[in-house]
Amino acid sequence: MMLSRVADSLYWMARYIERAEHTARLITVHWNLMLDQGSVEPLERWQRVARMLDAPKSDLPPDDPLAIARSLVFDLGNRSSIVSSIMAARENAQQVREQISSEMFETLNRVYHSVRRSNLDDFWNVEPLDFLREVLESAHLFMGITDSTMRHGDGWHLIHTARHVERACALSQMLRVHYKDQIDDPLEWAGLLRSSTAFEAYCKVYTAELRPQSIAEFLILDADFPHSIRFCALRITRGLKEIGRSLPAHQTQRISRLAGRFQAHVEFTLIGEVLSAGVQDFLTGVIRQCLEIHKEIYHVYISYPVEAAIET
Amino acid sequence: MAASTSLLQAPPFQRYQLDQAYDEMFDSAGQVRPHYQALFDTLQSMPAEQLRRRKQIADLSFLHQGITFTVYGREEGIERIFPNDLLPRIITNAEWSKIERGLVQRITALNLFLHDIYHEGRILNDRVVPLDLIYSCKQFRRQMRGFAIARNAYINVVGTDLIRMPSGEFVVLEDNLRVPSGVSYMLVSRQVMKRIFPTLFQQCGVQPIEHYPQALLQTLRSLAPDGRPNPTIALMTPGVYNSAYFEHAYLARQMGIQLIEGRDLIVHDNFVYTRTTAGLQRIDVIYRRIDDDFIDPVAFRADTSLGVPGLFNAYRAGNVTLANALGTGVADDKAVYALVPKIIKYYLDEDPILNNVETFLMSEAAERDHVLCNLEKYVVKAVGESGGYGMLIGPHSTAEQREEFRRRVTADPRNYIAQPTIMLSRAPCVIEDNIESRHVDLRPYILNSGEKITVVPGGLTRVALTRGSLVVNSSQGGGSKDTWVLH
Repeated sequence: MMLSRVADSLYWMARYIERAEHTARLITVHWNLMLDQGSVEPLERWQRVARMLDAPKSDLPPDDPLAIARSLVFDLGNRSSIVSSIMAARENAQQVREQISSEMFETLNRVYHSVRRSNLDDFWNVEPLDFLREVLESAHLFMGITDSTMRHGDGWHLIHTARHVERACALSQMLRVHYKDQIDDPLEWAGLLRSSTAFEAYCKVYTAELRPQSIAEFLILDADFPHSIRFCALRITRGLKEIGRSLPAHQTQRISRLAGRFQAHVEFTLIGEVLSAGVQDFLTGVIRQCLEIHKEIYHVYISYPVEAAIET
Repeated sequence: MAASTSLLQAPPFQRYQLDQAYDEMFDSAGQVRPHYQALFDTLQSMPAEQLRRRKQIADLSFLHQGITFTVYGREEGIERIFPNDLLPRIITNAEWSKIERGLVQRITALNLFLHDIYHEGRILNDRVVPLDLIYSCKQFRRQMRGFAIARNAYINVVGTDLIRMPSGEFVVLEDNLRVPSGVSYMLVSRQVMKRIFPTLFQQCGVQPIEHYPQALLQTLRSLAPDGRPNPTIALMTPGVYNSAYFEHAYLARQMGIQLIEGRDLIVHDNFVYTRTTAGLQRIDVIYRRIDDDFIDPVAFRADTSLGVPGLFNAYRAGNVTLANALGTGVADDKAVYALVPKIIKYYLDEDPILNNVETFLMSEAAERDHVLCNLEKYVVKAVGESGGYGMLIGPHSTAEQREEFRRRVTADPRNYIAQPTIMLSRAPCVIEDNIESRHVDLRPYILNSGEKITVVPGGLTRVALTRGSLVVNSSQGGGSKDTWVLH
């Protein structure tokens, strides 16, 4: 059990950290692909990355590929930039400082001061990948510290739920753009895997033979890989079940149903069915279901009407 | 140590200033005081570069822990750490035990005083304290009259400001009986000091202070309404934008209690609840770090959203305890302060163990005339202000400022007091690569559960980091240092 306001902050703290991590990884991968000077023009590439991140077009500089990349990393006016995400995560952590462990706050605070330092421009111009690496490492460190220093109670379960909601959405959006643009360059397929830290794990299951159908199967339907949609669905259901224990069953009926249906949707589907019915529709469905779950979390735990709570 | 005067001419002490102010480290002959010898030796043998490095480690530790305040003005606020001086302020056991007895005596008397003025008013009827003085005090809460609060303990958490006179005597400068802050800096700077000077720390033999959060929690638990054996306790903060938010979060975490804001609370049928993910949960004790005025827009100031409508009624119904009680500010009014020695005598029939600073009430015509004729010698303070605001420091003032205060005092004499300018004692501080002396005060923290008064051996030593300055408030260029009370 925790304060509803605390739940709100923990939820967004976790989502923003996940978002910063995902963005940093996606940009790292595409920076490398850009250096390889493959089939994709830089401008097209960075505009696509922006769409994969669902960054509002109005927040981005129009025609300069490197300026787009820079904006996705730094721009405070760009709500989905890495620096914006880290600042938002820290602001939320600030609101719940007594709920998270000191170590968690300190880790987040360190990376915050690091991305806010004054000579950041020089650093980015000389060693962009090192900067991104620092963000990725901090995000990993943060989650590791969270797991080892915070009590695995409701707050922790909520952090994990939020993280996997964010991840499922980000993953779906990235795949949706990839399929929409009908990319069939093997380097880009490998990049897709790398953007989800999935390259090595994929190779262990399917060998290094990069087949689009296997890649889709791995990223969408693999049961054991942390960056697959199915894995996320499983974690979301599990987290919500734990949090729901503190409420009478009738209050959590709807949220359990939504989560269960989402899980079933990815658990009992074959990749052939997904591809023949249209992968785009499938992914859009995933995003819609995540949104419904998100809204229901707020309705049940955070912004419920007080009058209803008094009666029970 | 016969050569100590010459030692003072060599680095890092060559800029160290000794004069009529009491110096914590050196006696008037320039000899190192025995309890500072270990620190002195450490500093003598430490290269400037190492001193600098330790200072950096300490500062970085404060930054990473987020012990910062925000400087506004630029686009998105810059965070600065609170200046923390690297060198401990050391107090002997004998000095401390007198301070401790004095504080216990003072808090006991002030608590009896608060109970009295909100009930029978004996001290007023006996004309020891003038009726006018109390009823004209902005911090007097009529709403509290006749209300029996938990364990009769009005003031539960106190931070009393002490200063050391040129004679070496500790005296009370101010009682902070509302929502005193700073205790988190005491706790955090101790942690940092143990990391920076482990050997010195062990050599000196310092009394621990780390149990403060547990002692605070115990105090709060003992104040729970009757029939609540397992009370739920929460710390109420004005929110993340309050300058003391770090402290609120820190204490809540150290005590394992919830940190709540007004918007987390609802009052239903005179009971207080928080809105949680498992529905509503009853709250029994609120350690509130929010002023009386903002507690409840129905009972007090209506133009605030920090508080909770109905909270005061729940409090009066005895269903929730607020600590400190409401209305305690009347006893730390600076004009009432002048009468505390009489208050101690009245309730306890004892002489004060810790004296006051000589204080002139501007409401008394003779005292006022004397002060107004000699303004350049006095410090004039508004009675209800804190944080170093609303203050005139005579010797450092311009003719214009004095004229301004003369006008203000004449217009509203009840609102002002004057005190002679006091040379606060000085303690060694690291200023760039040198050790220089700076003025300091001392704020020990006292807990009162109604049955027991506890003083944690230590406190916050505040430092006026600007050379010659007497203002130690953090809002005005002050810093802090760890305070070591020896075994």
